[in-house]
This record gives sequence, C-alpha cells and structure tokens, in this order.
Amino acid sequence: MNRINKLFQNKHERILSVYFTAGYPKLDDTVPVIQELVKNGVDLIEIGMPFSDPVADGPVIQGSSLVALQNGMSVHKLFDQLKDIRQSVDIPLILMGYINPVIQFGVDAFCQKCREVGIDGLIIPDLPLAVYEEEYKAIFEVNNLHNIFLITPQTSDDRLRRIDEASSGFIYMVSSNSTTGAKEGVTDFQNVYFERISKFGLKNPRLIGFGISSAETFRNACNYAHGAIIGSAFVKALGTDLPLNEKVSQFVKTIATEV
Amino acid sequence: MPENYFKKYPSKEGYFNEYGGAFIPPVLESEMKKINDAYYAISKSHNFISELRSIRKHYQGRPTPVYYCNRLSDKYGARIYLKREDLNHTGAHKLNHCMGEALLAKFMGKKKLIAETGAGQHGVALATAAAYFGLECEIHMGEVDIIKEHPNVVRMQILGATVVPVSHGLKTLKEAVDSAFLAYLEDPINSIYCIGSVVGPHPFPMMVRDFQRVVGIEAKEQFFEMTGELPDSVVACVGGGSNAMGIFSAFLGDEECELYGIEPGGHSLDLGDHAATMTKGTPGIIHGFKCYLLQDEKGEPSPVYSVASGLDYPGVGPEHCMLKDLKKVNYDTISDKECIDAFYELSRLEGIIPALESAHAVAYALKLAQKEPQKSILINLSGRGDKDLDFVLEKYGLPENRKNW
Repeated sequence: MNRINKLFQNKHERILSVYFTAGYPKLDDTVPVIQELVKNGVDLIEIGMPFSDPVADGPVIQGSSLVALQNGMSVHKLFDQLKDIRQSVDIPLILMGYINPVIQFGVDAFCQKCREVGIDGLIIPDLPLAVYEEEYKAIFEVNNLHNIFLITPQTSDDRLRRIDEASSGFIYMVSSNSTTGAKEGVTDFQNVYFERISKFGLKNPRLIGFGISSAETFRNACNYAHGAIIGSAFVKALGTDLPLNEKVSQFVKTIATEV
Repeated sequence: MPENYFKKYPSKEGYFNEYGGAFIPPVLESEMKKINDAYYAISKSHNFISELRSIRKHYQGRPTPVYYCNRLSDKYGARIYLKREDLNHTGAHKLNHCMGEALLAKFMGKKKLIAETGAGQHGVALATAAAYFGLECEIHMGEVDIIKEHPNVVRMQILGATVVPVSHGLKTLKEAVDSAFLAYLEDPINSIYCIGSVVGPHPFPMMVRDFQRVVGIEAKEQFFEMTGELPDSVVACVGGGSNAMGIFSAFLGDEECELYGIEPGGHSLDLGDHAATMTKGTPGIIHGFKCYLLQDEKGEPSPVYSVASGLDYPGVGPEHCMLKDLKKVNYDTISDKECIDAFYELSRLEGIIPALESAHAVAYALKLAQKEPQKSILINLSGRGDKDLDFVLEKYGLPENRKNW
C-alpha cells in the first residue's frame, strides 16, 4: 500500500506535513533535513524541487529556490541524493515542483525514478487537471504515485467533485487566494471556507496549507482538516545560523506543541 | 488558413495546436476563468466596442498612417512602407491592447492594473490607460531595465503609476513577470493583471492579439488604397510577439504575402547572447503557457540578452509557435550590430527614429530589399526610439564617430 494511504488510515488528526526546498541552505542538506524531520516526529515530508519561476510561491520559497539552484540543485541531483533514503526513512515522501523541469527530464523517466527511490506522491501546482488526466494519469498510476491536487476558496463545487474523483492520496487545501508564506494568522473568511469544505463530504482526506506558521494556526487548521502543511515558516527557520538539528527540532516543537 | 481562423484559434482551452494553454496554479486558474468569461461577455458587447472605437479615434489618434519610404527605397531597392505605430499615442503599438485591457477592467469593476514591463513601453501605455480610466497602476520592472530605460520610468511616474523595481535574477523582463504575478495574486479580487504581449496563460495571448488586430486591419486597407495590391512581404519584430501578431493577423489568409517575424540575435547565437526563441528554443512551459523556450537541459529558462529590452524574453507567444510549425510565417534573426545600423539608416534617410525593437524589423527589410529589389515590403514600425537615444549614443556613438565594430 502507498505510504500516504497508510498514514491517513492510521492517523486522523493533527497530521503535520512539512515542506522544504531540496538543496537548501546547502546542496547536501536535503537528506539530513529529511532525517531530522523524521526524528522530530513529522508525519509527511514534501521535498521542493527548485525552479526559477515558481508562480505559486511567495518570496521566502522563491528565495530558497534561487539559492538551491545556485548551489547546483537539479532533478538529476535530487534523485541522486535520495537514492538510499528508504534505508533510513519510512514516512511518506512527496516531491513538489513545477512542470517544466519534469517535462524536460521526461515524464516517464521522472515517474520511474520516483518509484525507484521510494516517492509516494507528487504536487505540481501548474499541471492542470485536464492535462493530467489526458497525458499523465496512466504514467503516475503505473508507478504508484498519487497526484495531489490543490483547491482554493475560489474552487467551485463542480470542480471540487472532479478533483475528489481524480485524487487518491489527499487534497491540498490552499488556505487563501494567495501565494505561499503570504499571510500570518487566520481570518473569519478562511474559517468559513474551511467549514464549507469540511462539510462537503469529500472522499479524500484533506490537509490545509499556505499561511500555516505557528502552533495557533496549525491548531486552527487541524480543527477543519486532518492536518496541515507548513512550508515558508520552516524554510525561514532553515535559513538561520543554528546547527541543523537544533533548527529542525526547535521549529517542530514550536508548531506541534499542544497549546 | 481556415476561414474561421480567429474562432478556431485558440481552442476553448486556449491552445494554438500544441502551444498555449494555461499551466497555472489553481489560485490563478479561477481568476483567469473570470477574465476569460468577462472577455467573452463584455468585449463583444455593443457598448464595449463603440467605446473602444471612440477611444482609438479621438484619444489614440488612429488610424495611424502607412508611409512610403522614398529615400530608403531608393538606396536599398524594393518599395518599402512603414505602418506608423510609432505615431500611436504614447509612441508604440502597446496602447492598443492596454486601452482594451483597461476598458475590460473598468467593465469588471477592478480598481488596479498590474503589469510587468521590459523596455517600459508597455508600462507607459498601461499607466496612460490607467490615468484615462482613473484606475491605480503598478508596474514591475527589472533594475537593469530601470537604469537603461530611465525616460520611460519617469514617464510612468509622471502618469501616476507606481514603479516596483525587481532585483532578483538577471533583473530584466522575465523576473519582472514573476514579480508582477505575485503582486497580482495578493489581491486578485480588486486588481487585474494586464500582460504586455501575446504571452502568458489563456486568455491573454488571445485577448492581446484581438486588441492588436486593428494594426493589421488598418494596414491592409491602407496599403491596398495606396498601391492597388497587397504587400509582397510583411516584416515585424518578435519578442513576445504582440505587434507582429497584430499586423500578421490580417495577412494570414493571403498566400501571396510572405510574413517575416524577426527575433533579436544579440551578440551571437550562443546561449545567453541572444533572445532568439523561435530560432534556438525547444518546447517548454514558462509563465503559464507552452511555447518555444530558451532553456537549459534542466528545464530552467536560459539567460537572454538583446540590445532591445522589449525583445529580451526567453519565451514567445504560442500563436507564433504554431505559425512557425505550420510554416505560415518565416522567423529569422537580426544581430545587435545590424539593428543599430538600421536605427541610424531610418533616422537619417527618413527622419524617423525607430525603437530598437522595431529597428530589428527595419534591418531585416533592408536585407530583403537588396535581395528582391522588385518587391514591396510593409514593415510594422512598432515604436519610436526616443527612449533609446541616450543608451545608443553612449554605447555606440554617432555613425561618423564610431570605431570599427
């Protein structure tokens, strides 16, 4: 069974998913960051593949992506770094990135590589649903990869149903009409949206992301979904001067502490 | 070309055969759908069309003339004509789509226009449109271009626009697009993104083309009235490709007209030295659409360079990509040196100082003229060169003082 499905079968609340950019802050930090996150009890990890024109991302992840690219990060390099990752890590791993580097790598080859190193799912924000269904779905499925779709406050009921139908891992609820890392805190408007989605009766579990940066925002998101995703706030923490293990453990503690 | 070409291309999903589309995150997807729906509902309405026509006539000064170049034709052969978009208000063709986009924004109840600019022509045009309609305007511009195109920066500020400097990457057009997208996503309800060319996700390549078609429609009629026939060749420069789509669109069905899209060859055709996307690019996805793209083996857009800031972009309009594959348009390059030579030739032989972008088209037309002196050539002179004077003088000097290249 795919590790993502296993996770959601065994755990139904307060699932903590953390995003970071591969090759940041240093090229060879990818694997140590994953291992530290696992040590600190994170449930799921999203590994960002840096791209120079990340249209869904705010300044923090844009910045980490540029540093990673300057460090020499690439899709080839990432698969290289991850080749033995399953010897030490059991939790689900997802790759997140933009479509062009995947196309240039070759979609077939990319998905096969994912299976080889033990990737469980992909998040590609600029891959439209219709194109996925027509050209990519079969390849993803053969390689046991879940495609994770994003929904936003603007997503219509009709589209929600289509996305629920096309999803097999979980649904990524974007908390606002914005980019990653944009806003702190949660507005009433967001809670109305969270409420609408949680009552919609989706068959797939949901995680809330974008703008989750503290114990409080994490707890609020967990009231409306199975858990939440933290990206920019963690990437910001990775950018500080502390030793890696301290950066990670301090950060996870701040978020996951029950208030 | 099929009779119903403009209804057939793009498809409902925004494709020009395999190019175009909308490769964008869901946040943008719902906004693009709203713009698309509004475009179909509003831009075909009687009120919209009559207001836009009145603006074109009384405010922009359209139709712009077609002009026969006496001395240039004498010297180089052929009969050379210019479609004078440099005489369009603000000095370039860009205002044609900016007034359309801003009018659409007004009908949609938006309060703020956001865009990127390279040479500053699109920024100036949009700032002008914003002033006309009483809307706020925010223009994102790379720091390199801000220095190079200083007069346009001042013009935007005088017109009341906010110019946001972009300091990441190469600090030119591509980075300005990233930055403008982000600013738009901050408040898509009250603002609208007004892209500067026939690029970006659907519906922009279609909308901008449709607003620019006026150039081709006028030029064809004017040329025929002057000569009793159609031009043998039509030449336009291609960065994103808006002025070229504008003029080509009227001639796509005329087998006897050869169409030429001219890309910036820069210093050389080595990677990083040029922005000749159609000539050297491979299919890829950038800024939400599929097109020929200058990119490295990792799928990262390559650094690009051109003497003309407005042509400095690693992607190109999806419709151009389709027209290239269909061999409907010939795409070729002109180097910086050829561009500067043509800049001075047109200035001194006709008293018309072209924008460096448009000078690429002029340079190619001069080559064509020498090859086929019996033919007629229509050049889309997409903009005037006032913005480039200081830069050209400082970097290249006057022809009589110029050292060997």
